[in-house]
Amino acid sequence: MSNELLDIKKLETFFYTRAGIAKAVNGISLSVDKGEIVGIVGESGSGKSVTGFSIMGLVDPPGEIAGGSIKFKGEEIIGQTEEEWRSFRGAKVSMIFQDPMMTLNPVLRIDTQMIEAIRAHEKVSKKEARRRCVETLAMVGIPSPAERIKSYPHQFSGGMRQRVAIAIGLLNKPDLIIADEPTTALDVTIQGQILSEMQTLCRKTGMALIWITHDLTVIAGLAHKVAVMYAGKIIESGNVQEVLDEPLHPYTHGLIGSVPSRNKRGQPLYQIPGMTPSLINIPEGCSFRMRCPHADEICMKEPDETISDNGRMVRCHHPL
Amino acid sequence: MSDDKTPFISCKNLSRVFVKKLDFAGKIARTLGSKIREEKVQAVDSVDLDVMPGEVLGLVGESGCGKSTLGRMLCGILPSSNGDIFYKGNNVKKMSTKEALHYAINVQMIFQDPYASLNPRKRVNQIIGEAPLYHGLTTKKDLDSYLEDVMLRCGLDPTYKNRYPHQFSGGQRQRIGIARAMAVQPECLVCDESVAALDVSIQAQILNLFMDLRKELNLTCLFISHDLGVVEHISDRIAVMYLGRIVEIASVEKLFSEPFHPYTQALLNEVPRLDKRDVDFAPLKGEIPSPLDPPEGCHFHPRCAHAMDICRKVIPEIKETAPGHKTRCHLADV
Ligand SMILES: Nc1ncnc2c1ncn2[C@@H]1O[C@H](COP(=O)(O)OP(=O)(O)OP(=O)(O)O)[C@@H](O)[C@H]1O
Ligand SMILES: Nc1ncnc2c1ncn2[C@@H]1O[C@H](COP(=O)(O)OP(=O)(O)OP(=O)(O)O)[C@@H](O)[C@H]1O
Ligand code: SF4
Ligand code: SF4
Ligand SMILES: [Mg+2]
Ligand SMILES: [Mg+2]
Repeated sequence: MSNELLDIKKLETFFYTRAGIAKAVNGISLSVDKGEIVGIVGESGSGKSVTGFSIMGLVDPPGEIAGGSIKFKGEEIIGQTEEEWRSFRGAKVSMIFQDPMMTLNPVLRIDTQMIEAIRAHEKVSKKEARRRCVETLAMVGIPSPAERIKSYPHQFSGGMRQRVAIAIGLLNKPDLIIADEPTTALDVTIQGQILSEMQTLCRKTGMALIWITHDLTVIAGLAHKVAVMYAGKIIESGNVQEVLDEPLHPYTHGLIGSVPSRNKRGQPLYQIPGMTPSLINIPEGCSFRMRCPHADEICMKEPDETISDNGRMVRCHHPL
Repeated sequence: MSDDKTPFISCKNLSRVFVKKLDFAGKIARTLGSKIREEKVQAVDSVDLDVMPGEVLGLVGESGCGKSTLGRMLCGILPSSNGDIFYKGNNVKKMSTKEALHYAINVQMIFQDPYASLNPRKRVNQIIGEAPLYHGLTTKKDLDSYLEDVMLRCGLDPTYKNRYPHQFSGGQRQRIGIARAMAVQPECLVCDESVAALDVSIQAQILNLFMDLRKELNLTCLFISHDLGVVEHISDRIAVMYLGRIVEIASVEKLFSEPFHPYTQALLNEVPRLDKRDVDFAPLKGEIPSPLDPPEGCHFHPRCAHAMDICRKVIPEIKETAPGHKTRCHLADV
């Protein structure tokens, strides 16, 4: 099992709010090998980002990791000291956030921030650090990087800010990148370019990638493995081809059906009925029960994970 | 004088330049005779565009090409550097205060970045309810049911109305932005990547909502997005933008079946689809030009496989290649 980089077991991350306990991540298990690209898809609010924050040790009160384990290269990282986290973040695992302004400091110039990010982990000269920064900016497609590195974040368009944030994530060549919907705001040619860079990095350096998105079409082209999240749980996972061609879970099936390009233009899109359950009052039994066309009495009981020989997992009493 | 032939919003020769002011060292260097200059970004360059009443016009293009800047100018929330904007046929520079207020309420923008556009210190009910209350669309007494209605419509659980924006997930926040805009019952929406953060099942709800509202209220919409699948699904016409200029505009059918401009063709090639598996993502050919120093002539020539001598020198005019199909490319000259 030397190829295994990350191993999450029964992770629980809860938010203790005044209205009750929001079980944002409710017992998920997931493993990532070296060089592997894993897609996490799921509805908004299903806990994808919180999963990423948990791996990065970025869950702040009222949130807390309530149970489970996260092993990185075989070592438990839950409960690391703040110092251990600081050397872990950026150098071993880095996260690219949905909102680039979570990475960027609005009052500092880009070069100041990037050079600092390198020198926090490595003793290199400012000049060498700057060279690497410019190189990385060019890699993510920032035009005239040597000049534009002197700008402030607000002087960039939304998409370019995101590319800068991605560049910062790549600076210290981490073993694992957690990318939280970083290309959703980008146009397809730039997205294609960033996906290409990420893919090359994974293939060349053995860097692993967790790609969080709601966009199944990106996962289709990029990932090896996919995990579908619903209300804090992974309800289906497996090889991308198999999951997309023959989804086992009714929710995955609905997701695939609501992708616009597959539907006739101007026609209403397939809509999974109902709304995401509140994470504070998750219905008893299968959490998809209220919206599922196949629900019956058995579904009042929570379905367990069923894992088949080829590594496909599904949590449903009546897989399709 | 507004009828079906008068565009709901249009612009003529609309431009916007951003100037990056010199810092202190730069100013000193300049007084000492250095050639250092202020950096200028021509974010929007001489754009002519008509948004017809009741239509959904999709606006697509590379990141940084000026889509948001154009959208913000059309909404009247960003001044232009040059050119004119017309609201129902009237030049907005010459409107009365009353007309200007009407324009401000009636054309609403939904922002790309729900984090930056929602006031973190206000509760959701304030964020959504403030404007309709102010404009007399509801009363204090009816506000609760009014809010409930708007929130449900936009796929938000009304029991969350006392929460602050940071207590929602990215997609939920996006819906708050949509609900805020819909709450003043506008006739026209400028949606800037407004479904970008939504997963497909909610995206489907929101897109269905747009399509319903549009039918019900004859809503006019400028839909800015990078997602060609989405734009293809809901738009009547699509305008393609590249480095500040509109390079092609056509009906959806024509644009997808007979794209004329080489950039449009490149864009269509990159659209991710569910049936495209295990793609070898190829890096794009040619350097992405800097908006600080755009190439002369046709902005696309450094990346264009068909580039000719003239393309490097002369800006192509916008030409009609077929009824309703316009493009800005020298290949259309002959
Ligand atoms: N600070 C917080 N306090 C209370 N609840 C929170 C907090 N942060 C997140 N949550 C809740 O945790 C759940 C999961 O949120 P998360 O951001 O992980 O969703 P997501 O899957 O990333 O969604 P999206 O696709 O919209 O980004 C949400 O229901 C959210 O309301
Ligand atoms: N306030 C500003 N100051 C200086 N330059 C700006 C400002 N706002 C935008 N720009 C520049 O104008 C150009 C167009 O930006 P704009 O935000 O309109 O692009 P966009 O097409 O919406 O891109 P994206 O798809 O990434 O959102 C970019 O080069 C950007 O850097
Ligand atoms: S367990 Fe029952 S309710 Fe849940 S997805 Fe399967 S069939 Fe539907
Ligand atoms: S004008 Fe010339 S360079 Fe520009 S797109 Fe047309 S053929 Fe290509
Ligand atoms: Mg998220
Ligand atoms: Mg924009």
